[in-house]
Amino acid sequence: MTEVAERTRGLGRVPGPVAAAFLVMEGYWTWYRRNWRSSAVSSVVQPVLFLLALGFGFGSQVQPGPATGGLSYVLYLTPALLVATAVQIAAFECTYPVLGSFKWQAQYVAIAATPITARQIVAGQLTWVAVRMTSSLLVFVAVAAVLGAVTGPAILISLVVAVLGGMAIGAPVTAYSATLETEGPFAGLFRFVILPMSLLAGTFFPVDLLPVWIRPLAWLTPLWHGTELARGAAFGGLNPWAALGHLGYLAALFALGAALAVRFFRRRLAK
Amino acid sequence: MGGNGQLVHARDLAKRFGEFEAVRGIDVEVRRGEAFGFLGPNGAGKSSTMRMIGCVSPRSGGELSVLGLDPDRDGPRIRARLGVVPQLDNLDVELTVRQNLHVYGRYFGMSRAQVREKAAELLDFAQLTDRAEDEVEPLSGGMKRRLTIARSLINDPELLLLDEPTTGLDPQARHLLWDRLFRLKQSGVTLILTTHYMEEAEQLCDRLVVMDNGRIAAEGSPAELIARYSTREVLELRFPPGEEEGVEATVADLGERVEVLPDRVLLYTTDGEAALEAAHQRGVRPMSSLVRRSTLEDVFLRLTGRTLVD
Amino acid sequence: MTETMAGIAAGRPAGGPQPRGLLLRVLPTGMYAGRARMLVERSLLVNRRTWLAVVSGFCEPLFYLVAMGVGFGRLAGDLVGPGGQPISYVAFVAPALLAASAMNGAVYDATFNIFFKIKYNRIYEAVLSTPLGPIDVAIGEIAWALLRGGLYAVGFFAVMLGMGLVTSPWALLVVPAALFIAFGFAAIGMACTTFMRSWQDFDLVQLALMPMFLFSTTFFPLTVYPPAIQFGVQCFPLYHGIEVMRALSTGQVDGSILGHLAYFLVMAAVGLVVSANRLGQLLLR
Repeated sequence: MTEVAERTRGLGRVPGPVAAAFLVMEGYWTWYRRNWRSSAVSSVVQPVLFLLALGFGFGSQVQPGPATGGLSYVLYLTPALLVATAVQIAAFECTYPVLGSFKWQAQYVAIAATPITARQIVAGQLTWVAVRMTSSLLVFVAVAAVLGAVTGPAILISLVVAVLGGMAIGAPVTAYSATLETEGPFAGLFRFVILPMSLLAGTFFPVDLLPVWIRPLAWLTPLWHGTELARGAAFGGLNPWAALGHLGYLAALFALGAALAVRFFRRRLAK
Repeated sequence: MGGNGQLVHARDLAKRFGEFEAVRGIDVEVRRGEAFGFLGPNGAGKSSTMRMIGCVSPRSGGELSVLGLDPDRDGPRIRARLGVVPQLDNLDVELTVRQNLHVYGRYFGMSRAQVREKAAELLDFAQLTDRAEDEVEPLSGGMKRRLTIARSLINDPELLLLDEPTTGLDPQARHLLWDRLFRLKQSGVTLILTTHYMEEAEQLCDRLVVMDNGRIAAEGSPAELIARYSTREVLELRFPPGEEEGVEATVADLGERVEVLPDRVLLYTTDGEAALEAAHQRGVRPMSSLVRRSTLEDVFLRLTGRTLVD
Repeated sequence: MTETMAGIAAGRPAGGPQPRGLLLRVLPTGMYAGRARMLVERSLLVNRRTWLAVVSGFCEPLFYLVAMGVGFGRLAGDLVGPGGQPISYVAFVAPALLAASAMNGAVYDATFNIFFKIKYNRIYEAVLSTPLGPIDVAIGEIAWALLRGGLYAVGFFAVMLGMGLVTSPWALLVVPAALFIAFGFAAIGMACTTFMRSWQDFDLVQLALMPMFLFSTTFFPLTVYPPAIQFGVQCFPLYHGIEVMRALSTGQVDGSILGHLAYFLVMAAVGLVVSANRLGQLLLR
């Protein structure tokens, strides 16, 4: 079967995979340039407010002790807040916008009619979320440093860890969003998964303070692994094997999520 | 003021949205028991007029009395006796079909028992009884429209306002709806409707006004309007693009009037077949030809120089 | 069918008797029909079907409470409560979360929901073609939001009782106080919503609520702030709600509580008036 010759030189080409991912991202960037203000609120202003209210405000009621590793509460909190914020961003960007790109604004459906493949769309989406996370967290770290809530430059390693942690949530959530027909389940996801996780998985206080029977649940969450890693990077003192274990867990979760996302996207776009 | 059986009386009625004049001083009278129509293209000011009569839009000028009352002062009292079928469905998608009727009836202050009884009747009237417990969203356009009409009757209105009732419906749904509306009229409900479908106006309306650009161009029954502004028959000639040059001059004297449209030439005459013969003899070779009776569309064309559907 | 048709011919409407009442005499007749409770009925019907979402809505402050009790409470020590006695951290935070839950319950229904209805559902269009006017709509929707806020607060209060965090019989007044708080937030929330034009504007709501939740002495006492800022914080509505709830839960009640409650009354009045006006402008064009 030989391809039918083109009548004249048309304008459509098939882009390579990396180029394609960047093309998808370019689409998002165009949208973002017009709408950055609203995302700035949730991804930069919010964590700063948490830092102020809970880090400094609540922290004023806490004496540095064994629970906070001898540090003041604010310093103890910041690396964990990085991870928690990354998770928030991932949760937001990979739920409503993904479903919206299938259903309401249907960008994915439009893109799928071009030579770009489902795998490339997922790559573009995830890369975009990672870029968003990184840029927002950079601003947050700068503000935190100015406020005196940062122990040292090692916080930047925590930032990288935070992005990985966020993506370990973002990829599975993207896959999940691709299977939905209505946005109803999202409310449940935020209320019964994201929120309790953010409150109880070690961000604001050590998991050891939880009752014994709940601890394993916390250990299962990517947020806990990310938090341990981020704190270890910022303060030191983390067992290398433990660090490897946390890293591996996050990487595995991300890979699994991404693979599922590609499968579900492909299925949905082929309908 | 509307004492002699006039349900709606408007004199010099006007509506402005900022700079834009949607309705520019119209006079309207609607008598009890008739089916009255506003015929005109989109943007003519029909919906604005309906909203003023329905007491949901304050008038910018002129007099208006509905059921003998002033909408500005007695809005709720008037609305209690009206039924409204809006142009775009505004059904409550968070409720079921039956619940839509119940809740709407309650807004009129009807008791729960009254509402339940009326809702059952109306579901029957609209042939929606077997969908009563369903969500509204998955219903077809025709069913949603029937539900909207059923809902508008929950309070046994004396006056029913319908804004483009069959736009977007398939022919079967449309005919079903016309049938229902006709029965309503026979049972004594006064109907006011707007439409840009001349077939609908001809079928349903006892009297109508032709509206364009916020003004009334003509008034009367469909037959009167056709007799006054058009001939009995019309000969339509279609040509391939570009080849209708000169045709107008050739056939001009074969009838009363000629209209040249983008896709055809219309010749207004009392005997279409004869005109066709004559045109052939003069060497006119159309791609296709059609002889038909005049319609309200022709009336509109005559009055405004444009077709009803742009 | 025949009797009703005969009724039509005679020109008699089938609706119920005209509503009476004081409000009806005072408010402009074009805008108010005295039937706001029909809208509450409608909201009840809708929410009966989505009861799970309604119920789960009050879980948010609950999670915070658990986290506070279990974790934060162990990190911090006892604090100085209202009236000068030491109280555990949990007992300090819980009433604040109670006030927050009343706020949350009211705000969603007064903002998000209403914006959706105005912009997309065109539901109010249908309502206003009945005898109801914009004031009915404003009152009805605010009343529902207020009920929902009250519901959340009652649920939260029950949990507090169960956790042994309530130490005074004054706490019986928590429910009416919660209704006051919810009323204020619902009215102002709806008023703000009538000015919004796109979903982006909702971020402003978040921008207002989130800092208020975090900084209105929910998690730490007012004394943490320097005096200049203390004054600013005391202007926040949630601060007043928290003060009321803390006082009632711990039994440290004095005259200032009336001042706090009056704050919410004013909020409610302003919100109601603005909402009704704006709704009229938006919908009766």
